Amino acid sequence: MTLDKLLVIAAALFCCGLYTVMTRRNAVAVLMGVELILNATNINFVAFSFFLNRMMGGQIFAVFVIVLAAAEAAVALAIFLRMFSTTGTVEVDSADQLKG
Amino acid sequence: MIRYAYIIPFLPLLSFFINIAVGKRLPRKGDWLCLGTIAVALAMSIGIFYEVFGAYDPNFRYHVVFPWITVGDRALLNTGILIDNLTAVMLLVVTIVSTLVHLFSIGYMHGDPRYSRYFAYLSIFSFSMLGLVLAESFLFIYIFWELVGLSSYLLIGFWFEKKSASDAGKKAFIVNRVGDFGFLVGILIIYATCGVLGYDQVFLAIGEGKLSGTLLTLAGIGVFCGAIGKSAQFPLHVWLPDAMEGPTPVSALIHAATMVAAGVYLVGRVYPMFTPDAFLVIAYFGLITLFLTASIALAQNDIKKVLAYSTCSQLGYMVMGLGVGGYTAGLAHLTTHAAFKACLFLGSGSVIHAVHSQDIQEMGGLRKKMPITFVTFLIATLAISGVPGFSGFYSKDMILGAALEFGMKSANPLHMIFFIGALFTAGLTAFYMFRLVILTFFGPPRDHHKYDHAHESPANMWVPLVILAGLSFSFWYSGWFGTLVQKPTSVANLAAISAPAKVATMEHAAVMAPAPHGEAEKTPHAAAPPVRGEVHGEAPATHGGARDEASHDAHIAHTAHTYAMYSSVAVGTLGIFLAFVVYSFGWINPDRVMNALKPLHTFLQNKWYFDELYEATVISGSKALSRGLYWFDLHVVDGLVNLTAQIGVFVSFLVGKFDDYVVDGAVNGLASATTGSGSVLRRLQTGKLYHYVFVLAGGALIIFLIKAF
Repeated sequence: MTLDKLLVIAAALFCCGLYTVMTRRNAVAVLMGVELILNATNINFVAFSFFLNRMMGGQIFAVFVIVLAAAEAAVALAIFLRMFSTTGTVEVDSADQLKG
Repeated sequence: MIRYAYIIPFLPLLSFFINIAVGKRLPRKGDWLCLGTIAVALAMSIGIFYEVFGAYDPNFRYHVVFPWITVGDRALLNTGILIDNLTAVMLLVVTIVSTLVHLFSIGYMHGDPRYSRYFAYLSIFSFSMLGLVLAESFLFIYIFWELVGLSSYLLIGFWFEKKSASDAGKKAFIVNRVGDFGFLVGILIIYATCGVLGYDQVFLAIGEGKLSGTLLTLAGIGVFCGAIGKSAQFPLHVWLPDAMEGPTPVSALIHAATMVAAGVYLVGRVYPMFTPDAFLVIAYFGLITLFLTASIALAQNDIKKVLAYSTCSQLGYMVMGLGVGGYTAGLAHLTTHAAFKACLFLGSGSVIHAVHSQDIQEMGGLRKKMPITFVTFLIATLAISGVPGFSGFYSKDMILGAALEFGMKSANPLHMIFFIGALFTAGLTAFYMFRLVILTFFGPPRDHHKYDHAHESPANMWVPLVILAGLSFSFWYSGWFGTLVQKPTSVANLAAISAPAKVATMEHAAVMAPAPHGEAEKTPHAAAPPVRGEVHGEAPATHGGARDEASHDAHIAHTAHTYAMYSSVAVGTLGIFLAFVVYSFGWINPDRVMNALKPLHTFLQNKWYFDELYEATVISGSKALSRGLYWFDLHVVDGLVNLTAQIGVFVSFLVGKFDDYVVDGAVNGLASATTGSGSVLRRLQTGKLYHYVFVLAGGALIIFLIKAF
C-alpha cells in the first residue's frame, strides 16, 4: 500500500463524485455526489498525513470534514424537504426562480 | 451764535424728513413742526445778523472749511460755510420770507388733501436755499442750486392733477436745466484751470493768472447762465410766469423773494471773477429782460401773471445793476424786492383766496372788503414803483444811478441805453403796478357775485402781509446796507491794472485779493484786455495824479445819482398818474387805446410770442431730432440687435443639432452598447447547477494543466 495507490483511489472517487454532481438532476443524488467528493478529499488528508509527517493533523482534519458533511447533509436535506413541499419536485433544474 | 450757523439749513431738513414720513399722522398734519424749525432758523439768523451788524465791518468774514474728499494729505474738495455781510443779509431775507410764507400757508392751504406734503416741500426748499446761501464753494452752491430747482419743481407742480400745473413744473425744471448746463460748464472751466472750487481759492488762482482772458470771460458767462435760468432772465424767462400755477404762497416764497434771487446772489457772490466783457453781457441781458417783461406785464389780466412779469423785470434791474458795476445797488434791490414782492404775492394770494379768481377784470372795489390786504398791497406797490420813502425807491434809485454813472463814464455813447431803458421801464413799472391796484381794489366791483363773497383773510394770513409791508419802507435799509455790502475788488482786473495804480489800490484790495502784487507784475500779459477800470475796478492811474481822477469820478458818481434820483421820481410819478388817468379817472378810455394799438396789444398779451417761438424752433427742433433718433433707433440700432439675435438663433440651432446627434448619440450609444453586451452575456448565467460545476471543473483542469506544463 503506497501513497500513489491511495491518491489514485481518491482521484477516482473524486471523479465519480464530480460526474454524479454534473450529470444527475435529482438533488438528493447531487448531494450524494458531493459526499463522494468530500470523502475523496478525506482519503487525501489521511493518506498525506500517514505517509508524510505522521502528526495526525490530517486525520483530525478528516474528522472535522465528516462532521461538516453530516451538518451539510442535514441542512441540504431540510432544504430539499421544503423545496419538495412547495414545488412538488426535487429536480435542481426546476429551482430557477431567481434566474434573471 | 455764528459758530452754530451750520445748523441752520439742517433744521428745515429735519422737519422735511419727519413730515414726509409721518406728517399725516402728526397733530395738525405737522405744519407746526415746519413752522417751528423755520422760526428757529429765523431766530438763529437774527442772532447771526445781530453779531455781524454789531461788528459793522465791510470786510467781515467768517469762513470755516472742512476737507470733504481727501487724497492722501491733499484735500481735493472742501465743504464749509462762508458768512460775510451779504450772507447774513440773505439768511435774514430767506428765513423771514420763509417763516411768513409758512404762516400764511397755514391759512391758504387749509383743507388741502396733501397739506403735510406741502409743508414738507416748503421745508426742503428752505433747506436748499439756506444751504445755497451758506455755501463756500462753486461745487456746493451748484449742489444746492439743483436742490432748489428740484423743490421748485415739486412745489410748482404741487397740484399735479391739473395738467397746466404739472406742465409748468416740467417747464420750469427743463428751462432751468438749460441755464444750469452753462453753469456747469463755467464751473468745469474753473476746475480745469484752477483745480480748486472754493470761492476764495478760485479768486486767488485767478488773481495769480491761472485763468484769464477770454476763458475767464467765458467762465463768467457760463456761471451767469445759471443765473439766467434761475433768475428768469431773457431768454429763459418763460418758465417763471407759468410757474404761477403753483400755490400762491409758493409763488411768493420761491418765485418772488428767494429762489429767483439766487441767480442774482450767485452773480454777487462770484462778482470778483467777472471780466469787463462778462459784465457787459450781464448788463445787456438784464436790460433786455427788464424792458421786455415789463412790456408784457402791461397787457396781462391775471393778477399773478402781472406780478410774475414784474418779478422778471425787477430781477432784470438787479442783474443789470450788477452788470453796470452797481454791486451794492443790485443786492440792495434784491433785499428790498424780496420784502415788497413777497408782500404783493401774498396779498394777491389773499385776494385770490377771497374771490376765487385770478382775473383782475373780474375784481374791482375790493378795498372796502379787504382793507388790510388793500393797504399792505398799496404800500408794496408804492415800493415797487419807486416812490420816495419806500424801499424800492432806495434800491432802484441806486441801480439807475449806477447805470447813469456807467453811461457817463463809458467811452461808448451807446451805453447810455442802460440808464434810458431802465428809466423808461421804471415808468412802465409804476404804470402797470397801479393798473393792477386800480383794477383790483378801486372803482366799482365788476363781478358782484364774487364781490359779495369776498372777505378779509384770517389773521395768520394778514399778519405776514403787515410785517412784509412794514419792511417795504426805506428806513430799514438806508445807510448800513451801503456801508456793509460793498463791492469786492475784482480779481479779473487785478493782474491787468498797471503797477502804480496797483499799489494805490492795494489797501482796498487787501481782503479780496490776497495775490502778492509782485507776482501780478510779473504776468501783466496774461491778463484780461485793458479794463474799463473806471467802472469795475479802482481808478486806473494816468500820468497825472490818481487823486484828481478819483475826485472827478466821485463827482460824476454824485451827479449821476442826483440826476437818477430826480428822473426816477419824475418818471415814477408820471407812470402812477397815467395809470390813474386811464383806469380810474377815465379821461382816456383804455379800450379805445387798446383798439388803436391792437397789434401791439396782441403782441404784448401773447408775451412777444416767446412760447410760440420756442415751440416753433427749439421744441419742434428737439422733437424732429427725437423723431430722427427714433428712426435711427428703430432701424439701425434695433436692426443690429435683431441681426445679433438672428445670428444667435442660428448658432443655437447648430449647437442644438450637435447636442442632439453627437452628445446625445454618445450617451445613447453607450447605453445601447451596455444593453447589447448585457443581453449577450446574460446567456452565460443559465441557472443550471451542472453548467456551473462543469465550468468550475473545467477551470480547475485548465489551471492544473497550466501548472503542470
